[in-house]
Amino acid sequence: MKRTQFSSPVLPYLFLLPQMTVVFIFFYWPSVQAIQSSFYLEDPFGFGSTFVGLSNYTDALGSGEYLKIAWFTAVFTIVVTFLSLSIGLLLAAKADGVIRGSSSYKTLLICVYAIAPPVAGLIGMMFFDQHIGPFVKLAAWAGWDMKVGINYYDTAFAMIVVSVWKQIPYNFIFFLSGLQGVPVSIREAAAIDCRSPARRFRTVMLPLLAPTAFFLLVINMTYSLFDTFGIIDVIVKDKAANNPITLVYKVYMDGFRGNDIGGSSAQSVILMIVVFVLTVFQFRFIERRVHYN
Amino acid sequence: MHRTKFFDHVILLAGVFLMIAPVVVAFMTSTHAAAEIHRDGLMLTWGGHFDETYREVLTRQGGFTGKVTGARMVMNSFILGIGFAAGKIVLSMLAAYAIVYFRFRLGVVFFWMIFTTLLLPLEVRILPSYEVMTKLGLVNTYTGLIVPLLASATGTFFFRQFFKSVPDELLEAARIDGAGPFKFFIDILIPLSRTMIAAIFIIMFVYGWNQYLWPMLMTNDESFYTLVRGIKQILLVWIGSQIPDYNEAFAMAILAMLPPVLVVVIFQSWFIKGLTESDK
Amino acid sequence: MAHVTIDRVSKDYQAGVRAVDSVSIDIADSEFIVLVGPSGCGKSTLLRMVAGLETITEGEIGIGGRVINHVDPADRDIAMVFQNYALYPHMTVRNNMAYGLKNRGMNRADIEKRVAEAAAILRLQDYLERRPRQLSGGQRQRVAMGRAIVREPAAFLFDEPLSNLDAKLRVDMRGEIKQLQKRLGTTSIYVTHDQLEAMTMADRIVVLNGGRIEQIGTPLDVYRQPQSAFVASFIGSPAMNLITARGESGNLVIGDQTVVMDGAMTVPDGPVTLGVRAEDMKPADHGATAHLELAIDYVEELGAGRLVHGHVGDARLALSTPSGEPLSDLLPIVFDRQRLHLFDTATGRRL
Repeated sequence: MKRTQFSSPVLPYLFLLPQMTVVFIFFYWPSVQAIQSSFYLEDPFGFGSTFVGLSNYTDALGSGEYLKIAWFTAVFTIVVTFLSLSIGLLLAAKADGVIRGSSSYKTLLICVYAIAPPVAGLIGMMFFDQHIGPFVKLAAWAGWDMKVGINYYDTAFAMIVVSVWKQIPYNFIFFLSGLQGVPVSIREAAAIDCRSPARRFRTVMLPLLAPTAFFLLVINMTYSLFDTFGIIDVIVKDKAANNPITLVYKVYMDGFRGNDIGGSSAQSVILMIVVFVLTVFQFRFIERRVHYN
Repeated sequence: MHRTKFFDHVILLAGVFLMIAPVVVAFMTSTHAAAEIHRDGLMLTWGGHFDETYREVLTRQGGFTGKVTGARMVMNSFILGIGFAAGKIVLSMLAAYAIVYFRFRLGVVFFWMIFTTLLLPLEVRILPSYEVMTKLGLVNTYTGLIVPLLASATGTFFFRQFFKSVPDELLEAARIDGAGPFKFFIDILIPLSRTMIAAIFIIMFVYGWNQYLWPMLMTNDESFYTLVRGIKQILLVWIGSQIPDYNEAFAMAILAMLPPVLVVVIFQSWFIKGLTESDK
Repeated sequence: MAHVTIDRVSKDYQAGVRAVDSVSIDIADSEFIVLVGPSGCGKSTLLRMVAGLETITEGEIGIGGRVINHVDPADRDIAMVFQNYALYPHMTVRNNMAYGLKNRGMNRADIEKRVAEAAAILRLQDYLERRPRQLSGGQRQRVAMGRAIVREPAAFLFDEPLSNLDAKLRVDMRGEIKQLQKRLGTTSIYVTHDQLEAMTMADRIVVLNGGRIEQIGTPLDVYRQPQSAFVASFIGSPAMNLITARGESGNLVIGDQTVVMDGAMTVPDGPVTLGVRAEDMKPADHGATAHLELAIDYVEELGAGRLVHGHVGDARLALSTPSGEPLSDLLPIVFDRQRLHLFDTATGRRL
């Protein structure tokens, strides 16, 4: 905090009032409600609710369907995170190395960041469309009868491709600025100590990028868990049927399409705990990162 | 040396192709007629139906109710993007100012109350949030669309970091120069934050424009639809149609991505600075 | 213009952590006072209490006879120059100087006049429309000075204003600030950790250590009559030699050698700390009786003279001699015995 500060009996509260109002009404109130209703079973016709203890939780965690979705979510998260991080890093390393055209590369590589997930999903759907999709034709040529929207694994494949595509620019931006933040003197020292550029990258640049990479790891996991909602929704179009979905999509389906308020809330709370753990991890990490630099 | 640079360029060009080609194809395809696309698949060439398709998309009364045009959706998207960005900046600058520059007893408590919001994204509390909105009668209003999205601390966190990096002596000099809390904020802090404000505005505009889940829940009146929200509607209309309006779907997608992409490209340096320095 | 009184002022940051401990200084009108000491000695805290940027835990501070303990910094009639200058980066030089006056509601014509005068004094006329980042370090420093001058305050407060400048510029600015202060006659309190700045600029020096005053006096007083071993070691370059010795029947024993005092000063029996400046010793002339034989370790050639480092037993000594022929390994030296300083080994106070 600041060495000198203003002191005033009213002003700080006045300045905080708008933010606090919004936070209370739209964050704390619903969050508390979510926790509360996760312990109740709501009558489907809206005639009151009964306290059922933890049974919404045990129902969710005990159901094979939920566990299957959780399993898919985990695999999806890991694959998307891994692919988008590695491609982002590869491109950033190359963009950092070239001189000619580097700013054009940068511009072209980041602009997909600004595309909304459902828009990305829509474009992806077209490429995987049964009639007009070039990917489907390509797959057929290779002997793969791709049926996105019908075949579980084909749909998962499409979701992953679109999600990775959408996330590469973000990782690229962070890795590139991380690389460009490495002082010239360190690069020069490394160039004197080590002749092979690849080895130099691995032994000097990569360790210096570690803080950025860890930070991105958490961001990419939250992205895969939550921000891909739009992509998934556009691809499965409300009909989960035989399609893979993530936990967040399940919360939405049960709550808004299935009207299972208690169950949906319990799932929300489970997700809250997951995010909470991730974020605490991230905060601890950011703190270390500050010391590191 | 030359060889490695050559391969670097090959990889970068492949990356650019991977990222950009789908967008180019989407745009090119949107200029063809639907039947043509249905017959020949996606296009890489100019189709010559640009005018008709985009005029159609922007002006035709569409949707189930026939109430909403593309132009209306563009407007709604701008309202959401700009309203959200502006609201975020005002709220979070004020809150960060209070937290960083004032000594008061509940300061730490408020700090944690605000920063807890970073822990839980909107997606995990959609259902109760929706119920709260119904109780407040905010469904199908711009307020309901924008204000609840402001309940997260990203902006406050951002400004707090920035304010903390402003040298202490500036406040001290200003105090000796006779500036009180308001004068300091307006004369010194806001002008100093100009670049930061621009950077946050861009990030938040893109974020607001691209909102999907929340508008989907909050608006069932089609006159409040944003472009991104409208995407799903197109897909739902398709079900059962003989020849889907591929061209119009692509045109919508292009319209929905154009403003945020332009903003990001034009204000690239601010945008990157804001993004990477805030650590969101 | 005003006198400043600091009366038994203390500052606790938390209970038990005392940054400034019962400090009293009377500063006369137009006087240039330098607070000097190592980092953490409380000098900046004291200055900031005068400015109103820190609260005063105990004691009273008065400016021009008015107690200002609870007066807002803006109303204390002071101006401050910060180490990093604290110029408003988005304002032109002109507006940087004018900002405080505008906030006081001074009319535009008067502001213009004052800014023009200050700019003339500081040779900033050509830079008035520039922003701080377009200026060199020295120019920024002058703008910071200008911002203080236009206020025409009762007192100037300087918080290490020269430490961000390179060595040469620092020497130039030292002279400029001193001249300016003489010309304006404004009471000034100047904080620095650089004893040379303190020596060259001050009317009186206040040496602080661990939140307490070690000594107040004119630069020569402090140099010639240091009241404690700390002051002796802090003021002067090269630093005064401080070595452990023992008093034995009026003479000083250093290592296994005895310096015969012949009553040049009274030496108490028992252990003492002996202080001697490098220039208060010299090699003994041929044939003369040496007080001590110094085993030479190495010699620093300084051009105008040289600094000879050596030891007697465990005690290390440096003396300055004119440059000249090479020295033998064992150098017989004589002291200027009137200029020796004796300090209590336990308390460090002058004996």
